[in-house]
Amino acid sequence: MSFDAPTMDYAGLSPIIALTTGLVVLVLAAVFDRIKRFGPALALLAYAVTAGCLIWQWDADVDLVSGALRLDGLAVVLSLLAVVSAAVAVLLAIGDPSETQAGRSDWLALLTGSLLGMVILTQATSMLTFFVGLELLSIPLYALCGTNLRRRESLESGLKYLIVGSVGSATLLYGLAMIYGASGATGFQEIADGLQAGDGMLTDSLTLVGVGMVAVGLAFKISIAPFHQWTPDVYQGAPTPVTAFMAVATKAAGFAIFIRFFLVALGPLVDQWDVMLAALAALSIVVGNVGALAQTSLKRMLGYSGVAQAGYMLAGIVTATQAGVDALVFYLAAYVAMNVAAFAVVVIRERQSGFSDDISTLRGLGREKPLLAWPLTIAMLALAGLPPTAGFIGKLYLIQALVDDDWTWLAVMIAIGTMISLGYYLRVVAALWMSPAEGDEAVPADGTPSDAAAAAAGIDTASLPPQIAGAQADPFADPQADRRWYLLAPAIIAMAAALFFGIIPQPLVDFAQHAGDALSVWIS
Amino acid sequence: MLSSIIWTPLLFGLIGLLVPKRFAAWVAVFGAVITLGLSIGVLAGFDPDGGMQFVTDVNWIPGLGVDYSLGIDGVSIFLVLLTTVAWIPAICFSAIRGTERPALYYLMLLAGETSTLGAFLAQDLLLFVLFFDLMIVPFYFLFGIWGRDRGGEGDPEGSPGNGLVTVQSATLKMIVFTLIGSLLMLVGAIAAAVISADGGTITFSIQTIVARGLPGGSQNWIFWFFAAAFLVKMPAFPLHGWMPDAYRAAPLPALAVFSAVLSKVGAYGFLRVVLPMMPDASDLFQTTILVLAVGSIIYGSAMAFTKTDLRLVLGFSSVAQLGFITAGIFAFNSSGAEGAVLQMVNHGLVVVPAFLIVAMIAERTGSEELGPMGGLAKKAPVFAAIFLIVTMATLAIPASANFIGEFYILNGLFQVDAAWAIIASSGVALAAFYALRMYQLTMHNPLPDGADSRELSLRDALVLIPMVAIVVVLAFCPQLIVHSSEQAVDSSVAVVREVAK
Repeated sequence: MSFDAPTMDYAGLSPIIALTTGLVVLVLAAVFDRIKRFGPALALLAYAVTAGCLIWQWDADVDLVSGALRLDGLAVVLSLLAVVSAAVAVLLAIGDPSETQAGRSDWLALLTGSLLGMVILTQATSMLTFFVGLELLSIPLYALCGTNLRRRESLESGLKYLIVGSVGSATLLYGLAMIYGASGATGFQEIADGLQAGDGMLTDSLTLVGVGMVAVGLAFKISIAPFHQWTPDVYQGAPTPVTAFMAVATKAAGFAIFIRFFLVALGPLVDQWDVMLAALAALSIVVGNVGALAQTSLKRMLGYSGVAQAGYMLAGIVTATQAGVDALVFYLAAYVAMNVAAFAVVVIRERQSGFSDDISTLRGLGREKPLLAWPLTIAMLALAGLPPTAGFIGKLYLIQALVDDDWTWLAVMIAIGTMISLGYYLRVVAALWMSPAEGDEAVPADGTPSDAAAAAAGIDTASLPPQIAGAQADPFADPQADRRWYLLAPAIIAMAAALFFGIIPQPLVDFAQHAGDALSVWIS
Repeated sequence: MLSSIIWTPLLFGLIGLLVPKRFAAWVAVFGAVITLGLSIGVLAGFDPDGGMQFVTDVNWIPGLGVDYSLGIDGVSIFLVLLTTVAWIPAICFSAIRGTERPALYYLMLLAGETSTLGAFLAQDLLLFVLFFDLMIVPFYFLFGIWGRDRGGEGDPEGSPGNGLVTVQSATLKMIVFTLIGSLLMLVGAIAAAVISADGGTITFSIQTIVARGLPGGSQNWIFWFFAAAFLVKMPAFPLHGWMPDAYRAAPLPALAVFSAVLSKVGAYGFLRVVLPMMPDASDLFQTTILVLAVGSIIYGSAMAFTKTDLRLVLGFSSVAQLGFITAGIFAFNSSGAEGAVLQMVNHGLVVVPAFLIVAMIAERTGSEELGPMGGLAKKAPVFAAIFLIVTMATLAIPASANFIGEFYILNGLFQVDAAWAIIASSGVALAAFYALRMYQLTMHNPLPDGADSRELSLRDALVLIPMVAIVVVLAFCPQLIVHSSEQAVDSSVAVVREVAK
């Protein structure tokens, strides 16, 4: 009996190898106190090398590890988005209570592990790698949510995410089992062939229940309504750098596998699932936007807004066309920029205001700290889909793909959802620019901006629950947070990107089309 | 050439961010004057019979079929001139008075000019939608940051009789109302391009879509998606719900250009996009739109007659005027459409000085409420004379350009059905009531305590007199506009006339 080891395409595997090496180094570094301090630098180096490998493999179109993984345009583009958001999370976490309390290097190792899961997920072309990637993505995230050890909400959110996430994974796994039963294969291409070859398998209820369960499981992960209930709580409770990472990177990886599994493996079933996904998308748009209207916490609001935005993006899959995938990837890239800008400002404001993320902490920021107000303003305008931002072009792209494939009603849903969303996005803009700062009178006449911030922080803490009321003495409070380059740079670069790709969108269109082209064999 | 007209204002707005604060205003004035110069340059080289001119066409987002495509014809040229003219007094007025955070203020004001000019010059449907949406953003900030809550306790100036209006709710209402329209328009625009392409390459060029044509069934719903955007923007009755609050909260110089120019973009959109692109639907819904237009005339005039807040008097009179313009366009004959274009320019030219005069009246009496004021003409004959000219133009007294515009429109309506013309002409009579009432209650009667009848300052006179002079000149030779625009305007309505036959 002979055994042939699969041939190793090291070039194709290089992003995964680079990231795994980084992960190992970070885990080892946790042991050595001297190296530990350089954790963020090590993590950023690992991500830079990974990104370099991805760009090096830009034109790759290869099956890896006996067809369990596939490195193609879709994988490269969405992995890059995930790597960028992880790098931002590393920067935002510097000096964050969660990162420090969880022992720097360990925190970064968890983050890198989750990122590795994402990179695998974007490349997965077999049910096994699909599930392994998804769990590798999820499990470190459960832990990361609970890393702000002194905050009850953080621990609560970690547990909540663990329970809900496990339910999602279990549902998904059941669904995968049923599809395996129907098709007798684990590889995506083989599933499609098996479903078509099997007698009556395309309309078999076993198959359809399996498809439904996979959709539900993935909907949990990328927070599509009605499977989004965990999102606002977890977003609010988790440390903000983790929330930022969750909000953008998880969506990138989740949509990558959603695209690949539904368009490749379940491609023959498109007429069965497109209406179902369209209904989920429409529901998400309504639930997310209406839910966000009532929120006063920025992070909760961004959580609900994420539900709505996931609905917009899901509409791209519904079309099952290359234009739809292009539009989705374009929107996702824009979404990364807008959310990074927003979350970076939230992180800064939290540290200045005793870790409150209430919208009232933003009042008067336009006058006092335009450098903070502008990124958030542009982020909100972009999320609301106003020109001249990438958000507008993204919506245009999605609507064009939908109308082109006769999904005009879903395009109208996006327009209606956008109208509702103005109600809460513009509330943030109004707080920034159109209302006086809280406790303006308390600021001494000769007060420097940082004094004003400290005064605002003092007022805020009074209204907080007792367990956080000691925030004035909080070692992590940082009145100077708006002068830290590692916090400000992500905000400003993301804002510039959201504006730049709104005015000159073509480079990002090319980027998105590179992802869509990878699927040209399977979809029109 | 057209690109430079569009982007010059924004460029100077950005320069204003870099110079010391006290120079920001004058940089803005300079930028607006240069823009006016450029647009006059275009007028000089303009050929009334030349169709679309000064065309620029560059691939912008080739992946989506969107082009950066500009052009100017007889419909847009005078609206571009109106825009470049109207912004100058608004900026000068603000520069004389001074504002908080000047650099940001002028950046927003000039960004507003850039986007408005873009909407008038865009020949690509998507570029038009983009500029149309973009217009509202700077005005949202202008109204929100420099406007103020009105009508509350201790705000005698803000017409407490009309209830409390907070800036936040007023601006939110405005932007939600207008964007509801424009988002549907975005869907409609994309649908128009996709459907007209019919499987071929998608392009958003307005001319190509018009040439390819849209099937009748799709025209009907796309028509309403566009009409919703344009009617809200004007605003037309009954979609004017955002207007009273926004007008009361807004800072007056910004409101002057907003009311003078932005409302015209809606009417312009009908001429440029809706009529040529959806002739069957336009013909089908002619009666519906005419009912809305005539409804706007009656409702706007009646409200203008009953309101005591000067801003609302002018605001509702705009509703009535835009009703006239819409009715003229939907008469589908050259008389009505030419009258509409003439009236767009007239109304814009009159409204800017009118709102600035309201600001000056408020400075003299401490109120914008008609009740407790009067007698301002006593020591200020020049001020009163200027206001009188503006009033007379508003009520379209014979020999004013407004009279000619309204005459053309009524003539056009008469050719459709005498009933429309008769109902609409009641608006002309009502305009005389509200305009004269406004003039009398402010300028005549005894001067109340605390009010100060003061002559125009020299600088204010320099702002107002050129605007009023243009109004007067236009009264003598409205043919300047009618002649240059008739060919382009006719071709717009001719498409529908062909279908209607």
